[in-house]
Amino acid sequence: MSAGREIIRSRTVVLPVENIDTDQIIPARFLTTTERAGLGRCLFHDWRFHADGRPRSDFILNQPAADGCDVLVAGRNFACGSSREHAPWALLDYGFRAVISTEIADIFRSNALRNGLLALEVTDEVHDWLIAHPGAPVSIDLESCRLRAGDAVDTTFEIESFARYCLLNGVDPLGYLLSRLPDIECYEAGRA
Amino acid sequence: MSEARDIGPRTLLEKIWRRHVVVPETADTPAVLYVDLHLVHEVTSPQAFSVLRRRGLPVRRPDRTLATVDHSIPTSPARWQGDRPTMDGEARVQVDTLGDNCAHFDIPLLGIGSRRRGIVHVIGPEQGASQPGMTIVCGDSHTTTHGAFGALAFGIGTTEVGHVLATQCLLQRRPRALAVNVSGSLAAGVTAKDLALAVIGRLGVGGGTGHVIEYRGAAIRALSMDERMTLCNMSIEAGARAGMVAPDDTTFEYLDGRPMSPKAAAWERAVRDWRTLCSDPGARFDREIEIDASTLEPQVTWGTDPGMVVAVGGRIPADGGARQREALSYMDLDAGQAIGGQPVDMVFIGSCTNARLSDLRQAASVLRGRKVAPGLRAVIVPGSQQVKAQAEAEGLHRVFLEAGAEWHESGCSLCIAMNGDRAAPGQYVVSTSNRNFEGRQGPGARTLLASPLTAAASAIAGAVADPRPLLERARRIA
Repeated sequence: MSAGREIIRSRTVVLPVENIDTDQIIPARFLTTTERAGLGRCLFHDWRFHADGRPRSDFILNQPAADGCDVLVAGRNFACGSSREHAPWALLDYGFRAVISTEIADIFRSNALRNGLLALEVTDEVHDWLIAHPGAPVSIDLESCRLRAGDAVDTTFEIESFARYCLLNGVDPLGYLLSRLPDIECYEAGRA
Repeated sequence: MSEARDIGPRTLLEKIWRRHVVVPETADTPAVLYVDLHLVHEVTSPQAFSVLRRRGLPVRRPDRTLATVDHSIPTSPARWQGDRPTMDGEARVQVDTLGDNCAHFDIPLLGIGSRRRGIVHVIGPEQGASQPGMTIVCGDSHTTTHGAFGALAFGIGTTEVGHVLATQCLLQRRPRALAVNVSGSLAAGVTAKDLALAVIGRLGVGGGTGHVIEYRGAAIRALSMDERMTLCNMSIEAGARAGMVAPDDTTFEYLDGRPMSPKAAAWERAVRDWRTLCSDPGARFDREIEIDASTLEPQVTWGTDPGMVVAVGGRIPADGGARQREALSYMDLDAGQAIGGQPVDMVFIGSCTNARLSDLRQAASVLRGRKVAPGLRAVIVPGSQQVKAQAEAEGLHRVFLEAGAEWHESGCSLCIAMNGDRAAPGQYVVSTSNRNFEGRQGPGARTLLASPLTAAASAIAGAVADPRPLLERARRIA
């Protein structure tokens, strides 16, 4: 399920590693697929599983506390590296609906929002609190751009206005671009 | 935007941006930005083509689209019989799917059998497709490479690949401009790769987020096009959206006569226009940093992101922090340890960062008449089939083979390790590629990023080594 008018209410999973790159989110050897479905099994694969495929019990997603959590709180500067949209596809397929960090890499943030995965940047203060309180109940309201966590955090977040509008109103950005085809034709004619 | 701003001095970014605005940006909507060149490869395109097929949409401008296969295809000579590679299941399907899609949508494809095939960021420039002033996109973060030509070039996700296929446009907000001013000149044995790593070390892996870097200054003007491509290629590793260098005579000389470059009168017109593509004196950047190239030494990474870097003669920083401890635990290296002399199992010379002809010539200058250390595996993968042919015409492949290195077909290979080429768990690899992330070269593999000179010197030593003493000896003998 992707973001929309519904308020996301969940406990958090905290993965306090800084600069988590997209090769950790989904290793490149899983990119030979021509589909986008079913990538949740590859999410954080080499952190989640031993080389022989057994789950690593010390990894947070393999612990009972992570069950049913829709919101991932990551260490500073999340999702640097490659442009693979397989990263948000894997997070969504696994069940996450939002990720929170201090900074989120440009291409990932764009990819995430296009797929309805909220990628939120918060202040150091809010981030420190979330990192220190794994499992905290949070609510994320895209309509009012409001993030609440436990009794301690009640803040607003910024999100690219058009991406927000599209998610709230079910508008398809490709449809919007196609509606501008007359402008595109005019532009092309003007350059020729 | 104020009137004064509208007529004031402009950055290169601003000039290129303004030329490509189809519908201006507002508070509510991003700009509709026109794309001049869309490069396509097998890994990030299939799901985008599926959307077009499902919605019954054509590719709007196949003539502005160019496809190749690079990520999934094998490079090992043992896996090629003539033009036919041995590929397993999904990789084969992926390559065939690109072929089907290009045939169906009438997109030019430099496919498996093509002598012009290669890594997408090597062939765009090689064919003269990447030109100054263009907007260039590809479903690959190292699209920043093409900024070397004074283009605005950046990576996009698969959904946006679909947008460009269907409309030749993207929805974008204008990024901020970051000037990296590089004074002085690079010393002998210090390369564009070392400069790129030093810049990332300064900015950090998130330091460029939201920005387009323009590399400026005397040291940049002195770089060849191959070197500018290496530098711009790594911009994404500082988190930057793109990197660019204003075009000049070096750029025009490179492009003159390439298959897709303008010809005759169109060439003259193009060069006149391209000469206007520079940041005006007094243009305001959102941020600037200064680097003196003369102070740089060859660089080597010691950690698990490209910002964790030291001079080859230096030591891994002593002060810890959780991120450094995690990185050193993965790398099985110690804080305070000298990076030089660290034993290595493998050397990889290749990738869109460092697999052009000049990179191979540099590697050969070190390897000529020498042997790769016993037990070390050295893999050399040219950036394109043309680079491979040129290298062979110069006899570079014989230098590599006589030194005991492997000489492969072109492709991404060990940079991303999704084609079967990979290092074993725990192995140390000195690599000329762009990412030292955990597992990037195979699960458990440990990557140390460096220049082709440093990689070649390390192959001979069997350990991380400064190439400069070998270069001096070569010069003395000459």
